[in-house]
Amino acid sequence: MKKIKAVAATGNLSTGFREETLVRAVQQGAHFIGCDAGTTDSGPYYLGSGNSRGPREGTKRNLLIMIREALNAGIPVIVGSAGHAGGTPHLNWTLEIVRELARENAWHFKLAAIDSEIPKEMLLGAFLEGRIAPLYPAPELQETSIRQAERFVAMMGIEPIQSALSSGAQVVIAGRCSDVAIYAALPVLEGIPKHVAFHAGKILECGSAAVSQRFYPDCMAAELDQDGFTVEPPNPTFRCTPQSVAAHNLYENADPFRLVESGGMVDTTAAQYDAISDRAVRVTGARFIPAQKYTVKIEGAALAGYRSIVVAGIRDPLILRQLDTFLSGLRAVVERKIEDSLKLSRDAYTLQFRVYGSNGSLGQTEPCPQVEGHEIGLIIDVVASSQSLAADILPIVWHTGLHHPIPEHEGLISNFAFPFSPPGADLGPVYRFCVNHIWHLDDPCKPFRMTFENL
Amino acid sequence: MRELWQFTKLIRSKNAGPFELTFDIMFKNADCFREVMASGKLSAELIAQLYKVDLKRVQFFVMESLLTVKISIPRPVFSGDVGDTDVYGGQFHGPLVRLPVGAG
Repeated sequence: MKKIKAVAATGNLSTGFREETLVRAVQQGAHFIGCDAGTTDSGPYYLGSGNSRGPREGTKRNLLIMIREALNAGIPVIVGSAGHAGGTPHLNWTLEIVRELARENAWHFKLAAIDSEIPKEMLLGAFLEGRIAPLYPAPELQETSIRQAERFVAMMGIEPIQSALSSGAQVVIAGRCSDVAIYAALPVLEGIPKHVAFHAGKILECGSAAVSQRFYPDCMAAELDQDGFTVEPPNPTFRCTPQSVAAHNLYENADPFRLVESGGMVDTTAAQYDAISDRAVRVTGARFIPAQKYTVKIEGAALAGYRSIVVAGIRDPLILRQLDTFLSGLRAVVERKIEDSLKLSRDAYTLQFRVYGSNGSLGQTEPCPQVEGHEIGLIIDVVASSQSLAADILPIVWHTGLHHPIPEHEGLISNFAFPFSPPGADLGPVYRFCVNHIWHLDDPCKPFRMTFENL
Repeated sequence: MRELWQFTKLIRSKNAGPFELTFDIMFKNADCFREVMASGKLSAELIAQLYKVDLKRVQFFVMESLLTVKISIPRPVFSGDVGDTDVYGGQFHGPLVRLPVGAG
């Protein structure tokens, strides 16, 4: 019976792994090396701006080892969600590193690039045809919001990767891609059932995260067959236990038992996790329930404005005991000043007082927002339609706040302890995720543009 | 009154995508799990109240075989949006850590 051994280089291409672990994992008979390079966890900035999240040198080092080992062993490398957000600029950033490596190392191989950025006109067409449906919760999507957004990507399933592999690509660099699909594509192509391949993909996608104690980021490996898979960390100092593997199933999922993927849902309610040694776990019993319609998830980012901030401390207990009144009074004064001097109404910008020591971490959700400590940290946060406007509003706020009076002190006071001169910084564009929708496709490969290069 | 963290080996929150938050609460052993669950203090109702979300939107999963409770809620502000305070959602579990649960 055919077995497929999948190796995950690490949980994220930028975080790294131990070279000797990957070498060992490949020597143990890997059929491919996969790696996820992206996530939406770090917010909408990368998708919106088109910037990749480096470090470039670290990414290059990791790709060097992965591609070198794969070429030596004659197996493919599959990278998903290139450049963090998986748009065209992120894909190109990654491809440039791969080409550079090929030149520097005199490597020759067939490279496949799968672009997952969706042209707005294409998405608009699908939207008007009623092929786009919201998940919950979702921002409202309209024709104008599609036109005004910065960038959209669709999250590919296994099919475009399989198509690249079937065309003989040895290195596949995919744009936005389901983490699970990176690891399920080749096994399914080789005849491994989807319930095995998709469940194994979920366990592998974070690299060594499914071990009982992860001392540092490293590789993970699983051997898949018709009935299940065996997961065993290639680093001899790491161990998997039934608990650690099952627990990883929960990670970053809203629902611990039902994992929705393009083409179907993996149901792990009846999954069994059995120790077969003190560091390897056998996993069986997941079910794959095919979807009635093939859908891909869409992600999009829209520009929300430009941000400037100031950081300050407040230590005076008399201000702290009336902090809410102090800040609301200050807000009223500065709104008037901004209207007078910049001719800007209150809805033309956002002014937030972020109070660390009260509700800085949780905002409106904080159940105990009262100040209990002897000081607070304040971030004055301005978002406006241009950077110069945000930078113009900011000094009005901080300078007014610096001397804003309280009844207990007569005479001019200075309320803010600024650690820096200048007290703040312009943080650049702010984006927001503007879509949490799925797209019904007749052909799972249709929106994804594949190109090949013989390096 | 003992607090939730005294019964657990892990309490964490994290984004489940940019629009949802998920909490994983893993107990030290079966006794800890049973005592907290029997107290009735850790419930979907509590989460709805503590995080100011509609009870209907609280997903509450009890996994006895893993000695784990998993809870998912919609995010109060989408990740990274102008008013967000925690892009990764990694500190939203804070109010749960010292939740009074057991006796003594």
